[in-house]
Amino acid sequence: MPSRTIGRNRGAIISQYYNRTMQLRRHKQSRPSIRDFSRSARPSIRGYGMETDSPDAEDTKRERLVNNLQNLSVSDRIRMLQAMPLSVAEKSELRRLTLQKERRTRSGSQIPCCSRLKYYIIIAVKQSWFSCLSFLHSLQLWQVALKTVSGRFGTGVLSYFLFLKTLLFFNLFLFLVVGAFLVLPQAVLPPVLLSANHSFSGLELLTGAGYFSDTVMYYGYYCNYTLRRHCSDEGGGQNISVSNGTMLACVSKRLSYNMPLAYFFTIVSAFFITCIILVYSMSKSFGQSFRIDKSHSILAMKVFCSWDFKVIKKTSVKLMSENICIQLKELLAEVNHKRVRNSCLQNLGRLMIHCLAWTICVAGTIACVLSIYFFSQYMRQDLKKRSNGPLSTQNPLLNEASLLALPVVVSLINVLLPCLFNLAAWMEDYESPTVRTYVAIGRNLMLKVSVLGVLCYHWLGRMAVDFENDNFMCWESFVGQELYRFLLMDFIFTLLDTLLGEFLWGMFSKRVLKRRRKPVFDIARNVLELIYGQTLAWLGVLFTPLLPAVQLLKLLLLFYIKKSSVMMNCQAPRKPYRVSQMTTIFITLLCFPSFLGASVCVTYTMWSINPSSSCGPFRGLKTMFQAGKRWVEDLEKDNPNLSVLARAHSYLVENPLFLFVGAGIFLIVIYFHSQVVDGQRKIIGLLQEQIENEGEDKKFLITRLQSIHELKRTTVRRLKSQDSSC
Amino acid sequence: MGNKQTIFTAQQLDAYQDCTYFTRKEILRLFDRYRDLAPQLVPLDYTSHPDVKLPYELIGSMPELKDNPFRQRIAEVFSEDGEGNMTLDDFLDMFSVLSEMAPRDLKAFYAFKIYDFNDDDFLCKSDLEKTLNKLTRNELTEDEVRMVCEKVIDEADLDNDGRLSLEDFQQMIVRAPDFLR
Repeated sequence: MPSRTIGRNRGAIISQYYNRTMQLRRHKQSRPSIRDFSRSARPSIRGYGMETDSPDAEDTKRERLVNNLQNLSVSDRIRMLQAMPLSVAEKSELRRLTLQKERRTRSGSQIPCCSRLKYYIIIAVKQSWFSCLSFLHSLQLWQVALKTVSGRFGTGVLSYFLFLKTLLFFNLFLFLVVGAFLVLPQAVLPPVLLSANHSFSGLELLTGAGYFSDTVMYYGYYCNYTLRRHCSDEGGGQNISVSNGTMLACVSKRLSYNMPLAYFFTIVSAFFITCIILVYSMSKSFGQSFRIDKSHSILAMKVFCSWDFKVIKKTSVKLMSENICIQLKELLAEVNHKRVRNSCLQNLGRLMIHCLAWTICVAGTIACVLSIYFFSQYMRQDLKKRSNGPLSTQNPLLNEASLLALPVVVSLINVLLPCLFNLAAWMEDYESPTVRTYVAIGRNLMLKVSVLGVLCYHWLGRMAVDFENDNFMCWESFVGQELYRFLLMDFIFTLLDTLLGEFLWGMFSKRVLKRRRKPVFDIARNVLELIYGQTLAWLGVLFTPLLPAVQLLKLLLLFYIKKSSVMMNCQAPRKPYRVSQMTTIFITLLCFPSFLGASVCVTYTMWSINPSSSCGPFRGLKTMFQAGKRWVEDLEKDNPNLSVLARAHSYLVENPLFLFVGAGIFLIVIYFHSQVVDGQRKIIGLLQEQIENEGEDKKFLITRLQSIHELKRTTVRRLKSQDSSC
Repeated sequence: MGNKQTIFTAQQLDAYQDCTYFTRKEILRLFDRYRDLAPQLVPLDYTSHPDVKLPYELIGSMPELKDNPFRQRIAEVFSEDGEGNMTLDDFLDMFSVLSEMAPRDLKAFYAFKIYDFNDDDFLCKSDLEKTLNKLTRNELTEDEVRMVCEKVIDEADLDNDGRLSLEDFQQMIVRAPDFLR
C-alpha cells in the first residue's frame, strides 16, 4: 500500500513542519488520545488523514507553512527553521517569504504606544541576551586543544577534558562570588593584626602556613564586626577599623559592611547556587543518556551508532574500524552460539575468586583508613609537643615541614592503592568490560570516601575540640591550611603520577618490553582524581576563601600537562567506551558523594561546632549560624515593625520541621515525575504493539490483493482461451 | 559589532544565521575554509550570489572528511546535484548538521539519507551491506556480513517489511544514547 509509506520528499517535509508549527501556535496536542482507541484501531487513518504527494498541493502547503512561521515568535521561528531538514537555499527562501509577509502585515497594523515601548524593551533585552551568549560562545576556551585531542583519541578521552572544563567553571563561579563579597572588602579594609608578622620563606607555598597564615587567605584574618569607612571628616575615606562590635558615635553611616553576616550568607548562597547548577546538569545528562525503553537492538545500534565522527587522524580511524570489526565478530559469535553453561564447580570457583578479590580490596582500604587515623593522631600530639616545648629547641622550618607529613601519606595511599585494586581485578574474570569499569570505579570511590571521612572526623571532631580546650590558635585557619596542603600535595602527586606512570612507563614498555602499543589513558581513574580534588576545594571554601583560586590554577595547569602527556604517551582506548553513560555517572558522582558530603560537613560546622574565640568573623558566637540570628535581632531592635520577620525567621529556619516539610515536598515531586515516566513507558509498549499489528495487517492485505488479482487474471485468461477456441 | 566584512550583505548573513546553527564569526570562518580549498574558483564577493561549485575531490580532501569512510555519501547527500559538488550553501548546510549544536532528529534524518546508498528512502539489505563494508574496511567475511545484516533488520524493522524505513531508524536512534557525530 504505497500511500502508507510516507516518502521523505520535500512535500512531506513541508507538511510535517506545517503540522509542527500548528502545534506550536495553538499549544495543543494534535494527536488523538490513546484512550479513545481500542487496541486494534489504526490511528493513522482516523487521526491524520492520508498524505498525498501531488505537486500543486506542495505549493499550498508551502503557503500555509509560511503563514504559520509568520505567526510564531522570532526565537521559535529561528529554532523551527534551523531544525528543518531542508537545504539552506530552500530555508532562506522560506525565511524571505515569511519576512516579506510580516513586513506587509506590520505596516498595515497600528500598535498602541505603550505596547510598542514594551515591544522595544523586550527586543532590546533579547538582543543583549543573544549577544551575551554569543560572546560566551566565542570565548571558546581551549577549542583547538580539544579538537586535537578528540581528533586523535575520540570522544572518550575528550569527555575527561570536558569534565575538567566544567569543574573549571564551577571554581571560577565560586571564586568570583567569594572574592567579590568576602576577599575584596576585607582586603580593602584590613583589620589590626594581633600577632607578629612572619617573614616570607619559600616553604609557605607548600605548607600554606607561615607568612600566609595571617593574610586574607584564611578564615582567621576576617573581622567579626561591621566594616566602616571612617566617617569623621579627617581627609575622608581612611580605613581605620573599629574594635569589637560597638558602633562609632558618628553621624553618617555610609558604606557599612557587616562582615560576619556577609561571610555566612556568601558561603551559604554559593553552595546553594552550585547545588542547583549541579542538579540541573545532572538531570539533563540523565535525560540524554538513559532512554526509557529496553535495549534489545544491540547489533543494529553497534552498526549505526558506534562510529565516532570526531576522530580524524588516519591511524586512529584505522584503529576504530578494527575495533568495530572485532566487536561485531564477538557479538555475532555471542548471538549465534549458546552460552556455554559452566559447571557448578566452575561457578563456585569464580565466586570464590570474586570474594577473595573483594576481601583484599576492602581489607586494604580498612588498613589504610586505620593507618591514617592513628598517624593523624600521632602528628597532632607531635605538633602539640613541639609547640609546647622550650623555644630554644624549636626549629620553625622543621615544624612547618612536619605539617606536610600527613598530606604526603594520604596522597601516596591515593596513588598506590588503586594499583592494588587493578591487580585484584586482573585476577578476576568479568563477563563484560562495562562491569569491570563499574567495579573499578566502585572500589576507588569506596577508598576515597573512607579517606575523606576519616580526615573530616580528624579535623572537625578531634581538632576543633582539641583547639577549643587548648585555646591554642584558630582551628579554622589550621583546617584551612591543612586543606590547602592536601590540595597541593594531590596536584604534585598527580604530576608525578603522570610523569612516572605515563611517560616513563611508556618508554619502559617500548624499549624494554618491546610492546608496540603505548599505554592507554585510564579515563575513570583520572576523573575520580578530579572529583576528589574538587571535594577538597568545596570542603575548604568555608575555611579558606581563596581556595577556589588555588583549585582554578591547579586545573588550568593540569589541563595542559595532561594534554601534552596524552598526546605524547598514550593511545586510543581499545575497549568500547560508552561516553554519555559514563559522563552521567561522573556528574552524579560529583553531585552525590562529593558535593553532598562537602555540604554536609560545612552545614555541620556551621550548625554545631563552636567557632574559635580568638579569631575569625564568628568569634564570640556559640555557632556560626548565630550570625544570621543576631542580625535579625539587631534589625528588630532598630525597627520594631520587622518583628514579624524575626519571628518568621525563628520559626522557619530554626525549626527542624521546616526542613522535613521541604524534604517531603521534594520527595513528592520526584514521585510524580517517576509516575509520569512509568506511564510513558506503558504508552510506548502499547504503540509498539500497534505498529506490529499494522505490519501484520499490511502483509495480510497485500497477499489478499495479490490473490484476488491472480484470480482475476486466471478468469480473464480462461475467458480469452474460451473465446479463441469458439 | 562592526560590520567590516564585504563578502556578504547583512541580509545574507542574517539569513545564514537563522537557517544554520552558526554565529556570524563561524560563518565567516567557514567561508574562509571553503575559499582555502580553491582560492582561484571562489570569489571574495558573494553579494551577487555567484554560482560557484567546488568539485567533490576538493571537498573530500578536507582533514575532517579525508579519512572518513562515508565522505562520498556525505558529500552526495548535501550537494544540490547529488554528485558531491558543493556550493557554499551546501557546505554550510553540511557543517551545520554535523556540528554539535544540531539536534538528534536532524542528524538522524541525514544519517538515514547517508546510509541509503540507492536513494530509495529505505535501508534495504544491500544498503546495510555497503554500510558495514565501509565501517569495517571490508574486513568481515561475506557470511558474517550477511548474518549481521539479517540480524540488524530483524532487530530494527518494526513493521516487518524486510527493510528499514525512516521511522524504524529514528526509533532505534532514540534508544541509543551514544549516537555520536
